[in-house]
Order: sequence, then structure tokens, then C-alpha cells
Amino acid sequence: MIEVLRAGPLTTLQDLGRPGLAHLGVGRSGAVDRPSLRLANRLVGNPEGAPALETTFGGLVLRFTEAATVAVTGAPAPLCVDGRAHAGCTPVTVRAGQVLELGMPTRGVRTYLALRGGVACELVLGSAATDLLSRLGPAPLRDGDTVELGRPAGPMPGVDHAAVAPLPDEVVLRAVPGPRADWFTDDSLTRLGRAAYEVTAASDRIGLRLEGPALTRGRTHELPSEGIVEGAVQVPPDGRPVIFLADHPVTGGYPVVAVVHPEDVPLAAQARPGQPLRFALQRPLL
Amino acid sequence: MTRLLAAGHRGLLVECDDLPQVMALHRTLEEARAGGALPGVVDLVPAARTVLVTFDDTSSHSRVAEALASLDVRAADHERLDHEVEVAVIYDGDDLDEVARLSGLSVEEVVRRHGAATYRVGFTGFAPGFAYLVGGDAALVVPRRDTPRTRVPRGSVALAGEFTGIYPQEGPGGWQLIGRTEAPLWDLDREPPALLAPGTRVRFTRRDP
Repeated sequence: MIEVLRAGPLTTLQDLGRPGLAHLGVGRSGAVDRPSLRLANRLVGNPEGAPALETTFGGLVLRFTEAATVAVTGAPAPLCVDGRAHAGCTPVTVRAGQVLELGMPTRGVRTYLALRGGVACELVLGSAATDLLSRLGPAPLRDGDTVELGRPAGPMPGVDHAAVAPLPDEVVLRAVPGPRADWFTDDSLTRLGRAAYEVTAASDRIGLRLEGPALTRGRTHELPSEGIVEGAVQVPPDGRPVIFLADHPVTGGYPVVAVVHPEDVPLAAQARPGQPLRFALQRPLL
Repeated sequence: MTRLLAAGHRGLLVECDDLPQVMALHRTLEEARAGGALPGVVDLVPAARTVLVTFDDTSSHSRVAEALASLDVRAADHERLDHEVEVAVIYDGDDLDEVARLSGLSVEEVVRRHGAATYRVGFTGFAPGFAYLVGGDAALVVPRRDTPRTRVPRGSVALAGEFTGIYPQEGPGGWQLIGRTEAPLWDLDREPPALLAPGTRVRFTRRDP
């Protein structure tokens, strides 16, 4: 068992979410930075989609009442076990009685802590993910909560350190126009591809909210609500784009001007408030 | 269907002429997927005028487009297959007077007309288990409230535009409240958890408070 001494600003249980239920109004949710969750699980010999902890700006302190093997990925953050520093992206053994501290990341937002055996918890619609928009899945961790370890499903991997690319100073996201690029002025599309945006503090698991040049609509009538994909760049009436992340609504009534490349969504998930962000607009796909 | 739009690298948005076409296409796609004809497809999301098809990296826009072109979308064949749900409503919503004023009908006539129609779930969204029901009386098409409520009680039966909706959970909302129901709209211990899925037929029966 693990005791949560401090949960930090926001720590949730996440896995690969609930794909395939959008027609019932249930979004995918799950880890915002899925490659980091997968890597953390691989490092401790778990199936890639095992439930793990997703922290937001660190601040997590755990006391282990039993021995465990953990790995930390995503936003690089200081990791200490009983005051001794350990590296990220490598399995770390924690003995019974020890206290693990995960500090504020030096870059990025979300650090993942996988536990060998995963976390034993009740699944909701096949997933342990906390969906903060739909209020599905377990509540975010609070100080004093306990977390039960699951059973290891496979052997430890032969590799004991994974090399990952460092998170960039300026976030550049490849994006393709559409499906509603034609609802905006040509000028606005050019602006989207050239402008320097800034990530705002209002960003969360639902979406990245950006400050910067507003986009102007050429068509002003109301768009009937339509299905939304992860990475969609939606433009509300104030013209400031929102990039939808894991807990995004299933449908929405504001036009989506572009969609971020799936491989760049994890970069968006790690963009910090105040960080500069640009779109590298690519040619339309159809 | 009229137009195919790319919704990023893993999505295709199919534009339809109207909601009945959306419903027929969604049902046809679900059947095709159940029959194994849409490998790699993750989600089929019907909405007011579109069906969003999302897929993983084993499929592509062109594969989904080819599959779409080979489908025979016929609404009439499918309507028979949809099951019907009866929802008991106590018509005492806070906006009943406002709906009566907007529609130029008496409260009693609003209630009678709302209960007389047979509805179908066009699509879902907004919240898990929230269904947009169509087929209501044309006189009951009313706009949303100017100021949304921060708290709409669970089970509220409400109107907005051409739609009737029922709030599965308490939450914010801008629809006009005409009544409430105790029907279990969202139950995680049930398979599927949503009482109302796209295509479900719905009849409202009046219940005394």
C-alpha cells in the first residue's frame, strides 16, 4: 500500500482512457501525454496501458508501506527517495517505509509515476482514468488517500534507462487545416500559421488555452455541434484558439480551424503557462 | 452525404444534409463496424449534421472514404430495429410558463403536445448519457435561456431549439426546463450505461407529482 502524504496541485490516476464510447457522450480521457505513460509502464514491466499517476507540477509525496519499483517519465522533475536523488526514465526501487518525493518539474507540466504491478482500482467503463470534464473515474488524489499496488503482469524489461528527447523551449506544433478552416478569413489562417501564441494559466486536461492574435471568422452563423478530435484547434467567439487535450468534450459548436498532428499532441500536453507556442501549418489532407 | 472533411490525421468528418441522414448513416456505420467492415475505426460520433469517424494508424482517410462509398445507407430499414423507452415525466419545470409564452400556447397545451410526440435520439454529447431527442412538436421549438443556469437538477427534462434533452447529472445548463424524471439515464453498472443511445425511440408519459 502507498499513502499519499501530499497530492500536489493535481494528481490523477490515468491509463489509456476509454476510446470508442464517444457516441454515448463519453470522451477518451486517459493520460494527456500518452507516450510518457507508456514509457513509464514499460520501464517497470507493466502493460503499456496500466494505470499510473499523472502529476501536474509535481508536489507529490508518497510513503510506501511495502516495497515497490517505480519509474518517472514525462516532465522532468526532481525525484527523491528518503532524501536521496534518483534519475527519471529508469526503474527505481523503493523499500517498505521509505518516502518518495516528486518535485516541481524543470520543464513541462505532467510527470508520470508508474508502479510495478500498476494500481489496483475499480475500472469505470474499462478504464481507471479520471475524466475531469465528465466526472468519470476515481476522484483526484487527496492528502491522506491510499493507493493499492496491483500484481506484476510480466518480467522487468532488460533495458534500464530510456533516452527521451528534451522538451523544447518554444513549442512548435504541426497542424493541418480543417475541418472548418473555410469558416475563417484567409488572413486568419495565415495569422494562425505565423503568430506567436502564449500558453495561458487557464489551460488544463481539457485544453490548452492560448493568448495571442485573435482569428476572425468569415462565416458568422452558428455551427451545429459536431464531433471533436483530440488535438482540435477550436476557436471560440473571442478568437483565441483552444487546443483540445485528453478530457475534451465529445462534441462542440465552435468551428475547428486546424488539428494538431497526433505525434505533437504530447508536446502540447507538456506546454507550460507562459511558454511561447507556434503552429507549423501543413497542407490540407483532403 | 455531401462532403468529406479531414478532421486531422485520424479523423474524417462526414457532412450530411439533415439529421435523419446523420442517424441513418451512423446506424449503417455501426452495423458495418460490427460486421468487421471498418477495421481501425475507433469512434463513430453522430451530431446535428455530421458523423465523425475516428480511426487509429492502421486505417486512413482513403480507406474510410472507400468503405463509406460502398455502404448502402437506407433509413427506413433501420427504424424498425430501434427499441423504445418510456420516460415518465412530472411536468413542473421552472421554465414551463416561459415556454408557454414563447410558443403562444397554454401550459396545459405545452405539456399535452410534448407528451403526444414520439421522439428519437438524434445524437448524444454535452455530458455522458445526455441525448438530443428529435421529433417533437414544431410549436415547441424555443431558444435557449438568455442566461444559463449554473445548476440544473439531475433528471431535468428541457427544451432548446428543435431538441428535447434530459440532464443525466446535475450541472450547468441553458435549456428551458419543463419537467423532471427519475428514469435512470446513466448507470455505470448497466451495459450500455446510457439509457438513450443514438436511434433509441422515446415516449414521454405524464406523471403526477
